[in-house]
Amino acid sequence: MKGEKKKKIIKTIKIDVDSCNGCRACEVICSAFHASPKYSSNNPARSRIRVIRYPIADIYVPVYAGEYAVAECAGRDKYTIDGKEYDECAFCRASCPSRDLFKEPDSSLPLKCDMCESDPSQKMPLCVQWCLNDALIFEEREEEVEEEVKQEDLEIGLESLANKYGMDKIMDVVARMSTSKKG
Amino acid sequence: MRYAETGFNLEIDLTRGNIERVATDPRDTELYLGGLGTNAKILWERVPPEVEPFSPDNLLIFAAGLLCGTPAIGCNRTIVSTISPQTMLMAFSMMGGFWAPELKYAGYDKVIFRGKSPELVYLWINNDKVEIRDASHLKGKGAIETAELIQQELNEPKAQVAAIGLAGENRVYFASIEQGKSSASRGGIGAVMGDKGLKAIVVRGTQDLNIAVPGEFLELCNEVLDYIKEREEKPIPGVMPILAGLGSPQEMKIHDEKWHTESFMWGNSRERRKDFWTEEVANEWTKTMEDARKRLISCYNCPMKCGATISIPGLPTYMMKCFSKLTYTMAAFSNLDFGLRIAQRATEYGVDAFSAPQVMAFALELYENGILTNDDFPEMPSDNEGRFFWLLDRIVRREGIGDVLANGTYWAAKEIGKDAEAYAHNNIKKHEQMPLKLSMLNPIYFLMYSTGEKISITQIEGQFPQMPFPTREEREEFVKDWFQVPDEKFKQYFLDWELRGENSFPYYPTVGMCCDIVDWQERMHYIDDALGMCSGLSSFPLKPPYHIHNFPKFISTGAGIDMDEARLTQAAKRYRTLVRAINIGRGMRRKDEKPPENHWKKRFPELEAELLDEYYNLKGWNKDGIPTKKSLHELGLDYVSDDFIKRGILTEIENGTSNDTSAKNEKNKVEDMNHEG
Repeated sequence: MKGEKKKKIIKTIKIDVDSCNGCRACEVICSAFHASPKYSSNNPARSRIRVIRYPIADIYVPVYAGEYAVAECAGRDKYTIDGKEYDECAFCRASCPSRDLFKEPDSSLPLKCDMCESDPSQKMPLCVQWCLNDALIFEEREEEVEEEVKQEDLEIGLESLANKYGMDKIMDVVARMSTSKKG
Repeated sequence: MRYAETGFNLEIDLTRGNIERVATDPRDTELYLGGLGTNAKILWERVPPEVEPFSPDNLLIFAAGLLCGTPAIGCNRTIVSTISPQTMLMAFSMMGGFWAPELKYAGYDKVIFRGKSPELVYLWINNDKVEIRDASHLKGKGAIETAELIQQELNEPKAQVAAIGLAGENRVYFASIEQGKSSASRGGIGAVMGDKGLKAIVVRGTQDLNIAVPGEFLELCNEVLDYIKEREEKPIPGVMPILAGLGSPQEMKIHDEKWHTESFMWGNSRERRKDFWTEEVANEWTKTMEDARKRLISCYNCPMKCGATISIPGLPTYMMKCFSKLTYTMAAFSNLDFGLRIAQRATEYGVDAFSAPQVMAFALELYENGILTNDDFPEMPSDNEGRFFWLLDRIVRREGIGDVLANGTYWAAKEIGKDAEAYAHNNIKKHEQMPLKLSMLNPIYFLMYSTGEKISITQIEGQFPQMPFPTREEREEFVKDWFQVPDEKFKQYFLDWELRGENSFPYYPTVGMCCDIVDWQERMHYIDDALGMCSGLSSFPLKPPYHIHNFPKFISTGAGIDMDEARLTQAAKRYRTLVRAINIGRGMRRKDEKPPENHWKKRFPELEAELLDEYYNLKGWNKDGIPTKKSLHELGLDYVSDDFIKRGILTEIENGTSNDTSAKNEKNKVEDMNHEG
């Protein structure tokens, strides 16, 4: 089941929480870029990158919006790094029912970072361009990945049934079903 | 549709607990911009000179500048305006931080308080939902502590909180309003907030703010960002490190304090320590700062890092910026460790870091000179540091001598009597100034100190180098890329300015040049204060990214108001004159416009008089500093001259022929007679 090798561009925003000065310029420019028409308004609540910040505890974590999650996690984590306790979900990118991050404020529809590829595509995400303190660094690399030929869903399902009931039984059922359908 | 601004103010009557959302007149924005400009208009209309600072009729206005909340880099200032209990004049202290943009996103440009709440309350603005909430459980809490408690009880970690501490609650005349790393400190506006029974204003907003011409506006923002990058890579040679780059003086970042510790005065602005900054001190202070400083931090949408998170073992964390790093240290003849420790307590209490240390040093001087005695300082510790902590605690609680000192050095000296007034020696218009005592009169600073109505020199100076550069080559190099000047003549002024000889202080720059320079400096600050722009990217540093040539474009494309340099200059002049009119109504005159007597050793009374005359003339004010009927008319401020005539401040017969000296003198005579009558 070996597939062919394919080239793929991986875009990454490296986040250096130690360099973040907490100014939220990333939120300003993100929400302005994604306004319609472009730059016609801005509103950090619509931004696809948010700085999770707790200044008194010296916590600043820029997080950009990832996938929508239908349900919140069953358990939650807390991280202590260098003596600072980071809230549960501080590093999570999901737009999820547990919090108000990454949702359109009026419709609650989920938001997701598109790396500013929407028209016109930017040479690098604008949050990175507006971060003069290098808390956000853009990296693009080419990776060669082996594209596995994926088993079809049907095949996966059948295989698991065969494992459970045995191949003979499956063949019998298939034969009977096909007769009755024809008849 | 309104652009950059929301078009709505909140009107809060604290006596009745009434809240209204009021649409504003877009014509006012065209004439007075926003922030300070429209604040002045409101104060002029609604707070006549008869209203005392602690009257329920005094207003306390929190305004977001016109461009706050837009992507304009560094535009985040809240302009707080009221009548100051200390100066009895209009106070318009400001703070950076995150509060003003949040107010815009909540849908408002200003919050205007009147009346007094019988109980301590806070205001909670959550978009369209606005409520006055009980704050009795926050009584006596620190300003930073209060912000934490409110965010927790509302479960709104993203809400921005501006709060007062104990000093504001107890109406200390130099009480500040604190907001994270930022504070609005000068003029005792925290005392007015406390007098109104208002502990905090909490705001959370999630609405859009519109831009009139989006593409062009963004391009201007990008130009500013590019320029900041370029400028940060090229510090200005030949000036002290904290002033070589952009931003507020970079006190949190730069450890070299030779200039401040050796040029500024210690104690009650008394003693200069010319050999203070030794290697040993430098090492010790650098270590203190590096141990305490957790991070360099910013205000909203600004790449500069003028503030710092300060964490000292055993003390709550707080945030600091600028010269508050040294004011306590130097007033107490102590070290940086003490300065950072007492600033923590002072920040929670909410006091101005210029006035508070000076008031305490003043008290100790009175004690040393026997004007105050042991009876005034019961159980005061014997060490300097301990005394400062002891005094601070008493001042904010108004206990014993603290009750007298809480009114600042000017009023305290009057109350104490016994020659105490000689020790309140560093005030202008009743307000404590930067601790500086110098030798030769600086005519530029003379004008700024005298005529400034922002009362704080750092909020008036900027743009033009403080001193001439030693060689012509250096000066030529400096003017090469000095495109910020409003007129090419400023380059020549600077090129010809020398340290010694004919073209040096006090007669060069000439009177006319000094007036031009100060007028430019002041204009840029007033523009910042209407737009909400931080002076650290604009009017304060040398060669800033914002200047008279790009501001009109920012206003046109951001707010959709047709603007050019002439119109912007005129608008700034309009509300600057209105600020003066408010203060003239309150009795301010030429006699009040002077630096402390001992600010310079070498004084030139005739030259100083000439400077004032000429500057007043340029500004359209008469010899007593009162705007003339003619200049008020040109600015569309006839309503001010009508009021002045009614009150006998100006007379009907003034003909305003400003070029005819004899007529002018005659006119002034008539006006003078009128004041006395």
